[in-house]
Amino acid sequence: MAETSENADINAVDAFLQGGSLKNAPGPYFGKFGGRWMPESLIAALDEVQDTFEKAKADPEFLAQLADLNKNYSGRPSLLTEAKNFSAYAGGARVFLKREDLNHTGSHKINNVLGQALLAKRMGKTRVIAETGAGQHGVASATAAALLGLECVVYMGAEDCRRQALNVARMQLLGATVVPVTNGSQTLKDAINDALRDWVSNVDTTHYLLGTAAGAHPFPAMVRFFHEVIGEEARAQILEQTGKLPDAVCACIGGGSNAIGIFHSFLDDPSVKIYGFEAGGDGVETGRHAAAITLGRPGVLHGARSYLMQDEDGQTVESHSISAGLDYPSVGPEHSYLADIGRVTYEPITDTEAMEAFRLLCRTEGIIPAIESAHALAGAIKVGKRLTEGQATPSDTIVIVNLSGRGDKDVETAADWFDMLDEDGNVKGTTLSTRKPKGPAERLADAEKDQN
Amino acid sequence: MTEAIASKSAAAIDRAKSQGRAALIGYLPAGYPSVQASIDAGIAMAQNGADLIEIGIPYSDPVMDGPVIQAATTEAIENGFHVASVFDVVAGITAATDVAVLVMTYWNPVVRMGVDEFSRRLAEAGGAGLITPDLIPDEASEWFDASDKYGLDRVFLVAPSSTPERLAMTVKASRGFVYAVSIMGVTGTRQDVSSSAERLVADTHAAGAKRVCVGLGVSNAGHVREIAAYADGVIVGTALVAAIRDGGVPAVADLTRDLSAGLAREVA
Repeated sequence: MAETSENADINAVDAFLQGGSLKNAPGPYFGKFGGRWMPESLIAALDEVQDTFEKAKADPEFLAQLADLNKNYSGRPSLLTEAKNFSAYAGGARVFLKREDLNHTGSHKINNVLGQALLAKRMGKTRVIAETGAGQHGVASATAAALLGLECVVYMGAEDCRRQALNVARMQLLGATVVPVTNGSQTLKDAINDALRDWVSNVDTTHYLLGTAAGAHPFPAMVRFFHEVIGEEARAQILEQTGKLPDAVCACIGGGSNAIGIFHSFLDDPSVKIYGFEAGGDGVETGRHAAAITLGRPGVLHGARSYLMQDEDGQTVESHSISAGLDYPSVGPEHSYLADIGRVTYEPITDTEAMEAFRLLCRTEGIIPAIESAHALAGAIKVGKRLTEGQATPSDTIVIVNLSGRGDKDVETAADWFDMLDEDGNVKGTTLSTRKPKGPAERLADAEKDQN
Repeated sequence: MTEAIASKSAAAIDRAKSQGRAALIGYLPAGYPSVQASIDAGIAMAQNGADLIEIGIPYSDPVMDGPVIQAATTEAIENGFHVASVFDVVAGITAATDVAVLVMTYWNPVVRMGVDEFSRRLAEAGGAGLITPDLIPDEASEWFDASDKYGLDRVFLVAPSSTPERLAMTVKASRGFVYAVSIMGVTGTRQDVSSSAERLVADTHAAGAKRVCVGLGVSNAGHVREIAAYADGVIVGTALVAAIRDGGVPAVADLTRDLSAGLAREVA
C-alpha cells in the first residue's frame, strides 16, 4: 500500500503541475493519509453516511434546502471586509477578512452542522451526537438540532466544561444534553472518544455530527464539502473587489475545517500561496503546543491516518494551546497531504503572537476575533511582511484571512491574558466577574449579605 | 481463512473442541497493576482453564473499551507501562504454560514501532498473533505481509452490523479465529448476552469461518454456557479486569475456574 500511495502522491503533484486539479479529492485517501482506521462495528454506519452524502450532493432538492438555510438562517454570504488599518502591520499588504464570525452562532461551524443535520434527517436518524472543545461546535450542533427537531447530546471534556461554563449553558438553553467527559485528559480528544463509544452503541438511531475535517472517511471530504462555500464566496468577492486573485490565503488549523473550506477554491490557482497556521502554544520548542503537522509524525487516531502528536510508544500526546478550538493533537488528513506535496505551507503561531494579533484587530478594526482566528491573523502579519519586502508598492499584495469566528467566547481568556482581572477574577476596578455569572440563589445570598 | 501457516490459536481452539467443549479466552491488560502481575495472572488463567490468553496493550485512546478497562489501562500507562513490555508478558506466559497468547492492540502503537518490527518481536516472544479492534482488513496490507512473514494469527472483528460482503471478506482475511462482537457497543459487563450474537456466529460460520469466538459483555459462567453452545470460543475481559483490580491474581484464578465450568457442552 505504501508504494501505491507514494506513486499516487507523485501522480497528484504531476497532475497539479500540468494544470490538473487538487480540488474535490474524494477520499478515502489523500496520498498516504486518510482511510478508515475504525472498529468494524462502525463501518456499516460510515457506509450509510457516505452513501447518503453522495446521493444528497447530486440531489438539487438537497442542495436547494442547504442553500436556503445558508442564506436565510446563517446569513450567508458572509462579508469580505478589507482591514485597512490592520494592513499597516502586515507590511502594507492589503488584508481582507472573510467574515465567518458574522454567521449565526458566530463561527464557520454552522456550515457543516446544517449540512450534516440535513443528512441525519435523510437517514431517518432522530438523534445527533457531537464533540466540542471550546463549545463552538457544540453550540452549532445544538442549534441545528433545535431547528430540525433532533435530539442532541454533546460530549465535552470536564476541564473544558469548567473553562467554558457559559457555552454549556448555551447548549442547554438550546435543548441539548451536555455530557462532561472525565476520561483521559478530559479535553477534546477524549470527548471524541466518548462520542465514538456512544455512536457504536446507538448507531441505529444516531448520527455522529463530527465537527472537523478529520476522522474516518467520508468525514474529511464531507465536512470540507459543507465548508467549500467559504472559499467559493471569498474567491468571487476578492475578484469583484480587487479585480484579481489574492497573493496569499491564510487560515488557522486545528482539525482544519475552516481552512480546508477556504483553501479549496484556491488550490488550483498556482499563483495563490496558501498558508495554514497551527497552534504553537508556548512555543514548539517547549513541547507544549498543538502543531501536529510541524512536529508530529504520521499515525492513526479517530479513524484517519494523519500527522499526529505521539510519544515513542504511539500514545497520543496531550496538546496545548490558549485556543481550545485548536487544542487537538492531530489534523485532518487532507492537510497532511497538502503539506507533504508542498501545496500549502504550515507554520506554528505561539499563544503570544496570536494574542498580539487579537489585540491588534480589536484596536485597529473594531472586530474581536476568536483566538483561533487570531492565529491566522498573526500568520497574515508575517506573510504580509514577507511578501511585501522590497516591494515599491506593497498595496499590490493581497492577503485573505479566514476570520473563522468571533471572540465573544474568549473575553475571559483575553481579559486574563492582558492582566485585566484582579485576584478574584473580577475586571479590575469593578465587581464584574467574567468567570461566574451568578444564578438567582447566589444573588439572593449576596443581597442578604448586603443587608447584614 | 488462510491455513497454510500453522495457527497457534486454531490449535488451542481445536484442542478444546476435541475435548467436546468450546475454548475459553481470557483478557487482561499488560502492566496492570504491574508487568509481573500480568505474567502471574496470565499463568493463573492458563492453570485454571483458559485455553487462550489475550494480553491488551494499554493505549491513550481506547474507543472500543468501557469504563473498567479504560480505568485499568490508564492506570497502567500512569504507572509507566511501555509498549515493549508486552513482549515480556507474552514471553513470561508462554515460557510457563502451553496456552496460545495473543496480543490485543489498537493500531497506532504498532504503527509507531513499525508493523514488521512489532511482528518480529511478538513472534520471538512466542506470541500467537494479534487481535486488532480498530484495524479492518481494508487497511491491513502491511499487517498481511508481516503476519505471513512471521507466522502470526490475524484476528479481525465482525459485528452484528457487518454486511454479508464484509463478513465474507473478513473471514477470508482472518487466521486463527474470527472475533464476533456480541453487541453493538463497547467492552463491559452486561446482564444478558445479546441474541444477535448467535445469529452473527451462524452467519460467520456460513461465510466460511472454521472458528468463531464471541466477546463483549460476557461476564459469568451462565453467559459462558449460553455462548459455548453455539460458538467455538468464549472471550471474557471486563469481568477478569475487575477481578484482578479487586482481588489480585487469586481472584483471577478463581473467576477463570468458575468461568471454565460453563464450557462443557451438554452431551447430546
